[in-house]
Formats: sequence, structure tokens, C-alpha cells
Amino acid sequence: MVLVYSDDKKITFELLNKGNELAKELGEKLTAIIIGKPDDTLSKEYISYGADNVFVAETDIYQFKAEEYSIYLENIIKETGSETIIIGSNKNGKELASRLAGRLDVGCIIDCTNIYLKEKKLTTERVVYSGNAIAVEQFNSKPAIVTVPSKVFDPLPKDDKRKGEITKKKFDVEKSASKILKVQEMKSEGVNVEDAEIIVSCGRGFKKKEDIKMVQELANAIKGKTVGCSRPIAADLKWLSEDHWIGLSGHKVKPKLYIAAGISGQIQHIAGMRDSGIIVAINKDPEALIFKSADYGIVGDLYEVLPKLTSAVKDKIG
Amino acid sequence: MNIIVCAKQVIDVSEMKVDSSTKKPILQGVPQKISDIDKNAMEEAIKIKEKHGGKITVVTIGPTDAKERIKELLAMGADEGVLVTPPEKFDYFVVSNLLVSAIKKIGEYDIILCGEASIDMFSGQAGPRLAGLLGIPQITYAQNLVVDKDKVTADRNMGDTAVTTESSFPVLITVTKEINEPRLPSLMQILGAANKPINEMTADSLKSGLNPKVEMLELKGVSMERKNIVYKDDIDESVSKLVDSLAKEGVLR
Repeated sequence: MVLVYSDDKKITFELLNKGNELAKELGEKLTAIIIGKPDDTLSKEYISYGADNVFVAETDIYQFKAEEYSIYLENIIKETGSETIIIGSNKNGKELASRLAGRLDVGCIIDCTNIYLKEKKLTTERVVYSGNAIAVEQFNSKPAIVTVPSKVFDPLPKDDKRKGEITKKKFDVEKSASKILKVQEMKSEGVNVEDAEIIVSCGRGFKKKEDIKMVQELANAIKGKTVGCSRPIAADLKWLSEDHWIGLSGHKVKPKLYIAAGISGQIQHIAGMRDSGIIVAINKDPEALIFKSADYGIVGDLYEVLPKLTSAVKDKIG
Repeated sequence: MNIIVCAKQVIDVSEMKVDSSTKKPILQGVPQKISDIDKNAMEEAIKIKEKHGGKITVVTIGPTDAKERIKELLAMGADEGVLVTPPEKFDYFVVSNLLVSAIKKIGEYDIILCGEASIDMFSGQAGPRLAGLLGIPQITYAQNLVVDKDKVTADRNMGDTAVTTESSFPVLITVTKEINEPRLPSLMQILGAANKPINEMTADSLKSGLNPKVEMLELKGVSMERKNIVYKDDIDESVSKLVDSLAKEGVLR
């Protein structure tokens, strides 16, 4: 059996496509997992996106704890005799997969950007060394656990006519000694940099928070409207919410046009935007690393360049 | 309070070069360092010790030259180092099992601290995997820690949500870069570190017959070819050239 699990149903839809393909090749069935209250609507949706079966581990736990969720998954793996486990690579998914791998003492590969069978063995690719290399790795034992980030695979077209079986089961799960005291929605400005076609980003070259409006003005002029930033602006200075943060620990983006203003070009930032179409850098330091990763660059003070660039763009495209 | 810090020696990724003909990364001769976020874990351990007293042991799975890196952590404030040289082939399965054996040798502990991920592979697998193997609670992505006598409270950045988690001991905690600013040791501390013990062990002496479950088949290069056209003269002229180029690329409409 091939198992697919994520607490984010959008990622599950994507994983079901790849899971379906692998299951067919392995001659096995594909099962989507739900941990929580039985949800027939969601179960049917999983089936219409490619699952042969849905396994619901019924629980009234409503908060995610990797300690407890890993026991549910362990039970389901044993119950179904599954050997391929695909988990969505958000933060919950990564710690869950890793803990599960420790419990079962089996192989695990995090953040796969491709999964396939090579000589019948599960083989994966993932980006390593801050985007400078791709590691091709292969499992030589089973079960095999992999995690896959969002948007690596496209979902199958939804087919409401697909049929599948829904199994519900309760498990006794040992409670973790840890306690969740508070869960707060992160301050978000509703920005989705991952879907943006044009992004203008800011970094440490900006002297104060108010100055970031220059970036927004340029973004508006190019009709991109999306503002991104490097780590210090979101994580340290908190001038922008973390949904703007582009980089290795932030969001990975691939817009058609990426403009980096006042960003030095630390390798962690490059890892988040290197797949962009055209990259433009604006920096006053001619030696800044960012120019090495850019198609076009202007060496100059962003306080002078940005307003001029905004008005030149307005003149050009009206 | 007994604290164990897991630290990894990694290559300095910013110094890594790519072979221009094969496009494969060149790993030989690249300077080595302690993975950045593991230093944040070390700093946090020192802060806990400053408040509650106790002992900090650093564990590294790595080649013998990692001893020099462990000395940096001893200079920062660790009391003792443990260096385990891995077998020729290893993966997270092998490394986490070696960590468990090394930790059992170290003895009683209250807190294990790790970085959220190492800067070379950036999996974030080692910490939670180790917690699963040890069967102890895990607190991941901690941005702030408050350690009391018998419990720890952590603010965690989980992406869409901020989660506050509490746990009794023993517990494994992974920290993010934002949690603190790792200190730079003084010259006296660097000299003093030479007298602190580093216990060297081989993988076989801890747990023999560990074979990886995952094998690396190939490390492929990624070509990052960019036009690198940089305008550096008069700003007005640069801006107008850039806008023309972008228009020609078809990204301005």
C-alpha cells in the first residue's frame, strides 16, 4: 500500500497524483489518511483526486503533536502493511515524518522534489547545499518515508465519479508529556508570494520601515503588487510579516520577474528565488553577491534608483 | 541541569564552487564550520546553564578534524565534547542511532538541543528523528525558551501559526536562528578550551553493523546561468537601460 498524508488538504491533493502513479507502478493501492474527526466530504474529495481508499484514524485530539500523530501513522502503517509513505512537507509534516522514521528506525528523505522507481527501488531528488546541488538518493530498505513540499506536483483533475473505500478506526494512543498552551494565527497580510508572477523584494539596504513603501510603489507600477523580503526584514526587524519572507527557511518563489533591492544576496536568500525567470538586482555595493545571481543589475543607492525606476516604468507602460 | 547539544560540522556553503565543465559541486577543500543554527542551540544551552547551573556536553558525529570545531563550542561554554567518527557510509538512520548510543554513554540528561536544520542539507530530520528514537517529547522550531526547574516553555514558529508548547524533562528542542545571537568566545576562553575534554569514539565501539537505509547515488550540479549585465554608471542612464531591457524580455506589460 502507498500512503499519503498531510494536514493541508491542498498538499494531499498534489501528493495523491504522484502516489497514484507510484501505486500503479508498484501494483499496489493508494490510501489517503485523515487523522481527526471522520470527515466524509474530505474523504470523498480525496477519492476524487486519486485515492483508492481513505483511512480515517478517529480521534478527538484537535491539536497537532508530532509525538501523538506519529503513533497514529505507525499504527496505520502496520495495519495496512504499507511500505511507501508520502507526507506533505510543511513544518508539521517534516517533524512528523522525521519522528516516525525514528520510531520505526527506517529510512526517510525530507523535501523531495521528485520521486520515482529506479530498478524497482524508491528513488528521490532533493535540493541541497542551498540550491547548489541536487542529491539523488535511493532507499535500500522498506518502509520508506518521504516528504514533498507544496507545488512540486500538480493535482489530478477532480473526478467525482471515482469510487473508493473509506475505513474508520480508533487507536489507543499514548499521550505526550508535552502540552500546547497557545496557538495563534501568525500576523499575516494575506500575501501569497509563491503564486506571484512579479515580485519586488527588499533587504537590509533599507534604513527604516517606512521606506519599504518605495518597493510597494515599484511593485504597483509593474502591476506585480507583490512585495517580498529577505530574512532580516521579516524575522529580525519584523517590518513585514513572514508571508513576505523569501529564502531557504521562508518561501520559495518562481515569478517571471524578481527584483531584489538592497538585498546582499546571501546564499539562503538565493535558494528561495533562484528559479525566477528574470532576476534584477539593485545594490550600492558593486561587489554584492546578488549581482552574480542576477540577469540585470544597477549599482547605485536604492533611495535614488527606486523612485527613478518606478517613474521610468510608469512612463514605459503607462 | 544536564544539557546535550548536537552539533554538525558542515562545509561553508557560501565558499562552495561549482566545476564549470561538469557543473558538479566541488566539495574538496571547502572550509568547514559548525552549522550556523547549531551555534544558536549552543548559545541557548549556555543561557540555561547560566540560570540553572549544570553541565553542557556537545556531541558531534563527524570526521576526526571536527575536533577543532568542537573546541570552538568548548570555548563558547560547553564543558565536554564527544566526537563519534561514523562508518564510511552513513545516513540519518546511522547518525541518529549513533547519537542515541553516545547519549546513553553520556548518561542522565534533561534537555537535548539541536538546530532546526543544518545549513548544508537543510532537512531538519536529525532532531525529531532522535526524539522519536529516544521516545521523548519534542519541541521544534523554538524562537524563545523559558526554562524553569522542572519544565520548559517554548514559542514556536510553525509557519501559519505561532504555537506555545510546554514540556517536562527530558525533552528534545530544536531552535531557529532568531532565538539568540551566538556569543564570540574571548581569547581566555579559547585558550581555556584546550584543557576541556573531548571524548573520541568510533561508530563500531558504540554500535556495530549500522548500514544506511538510504544511499546517495549522485550529487548533480545545478546550473545557475544568468546574464549578469550590470549597469554602474549614471543612475538615470542605468534606469533607462534597465527598463528597455526588461521591456525586451517581455516582463513589462
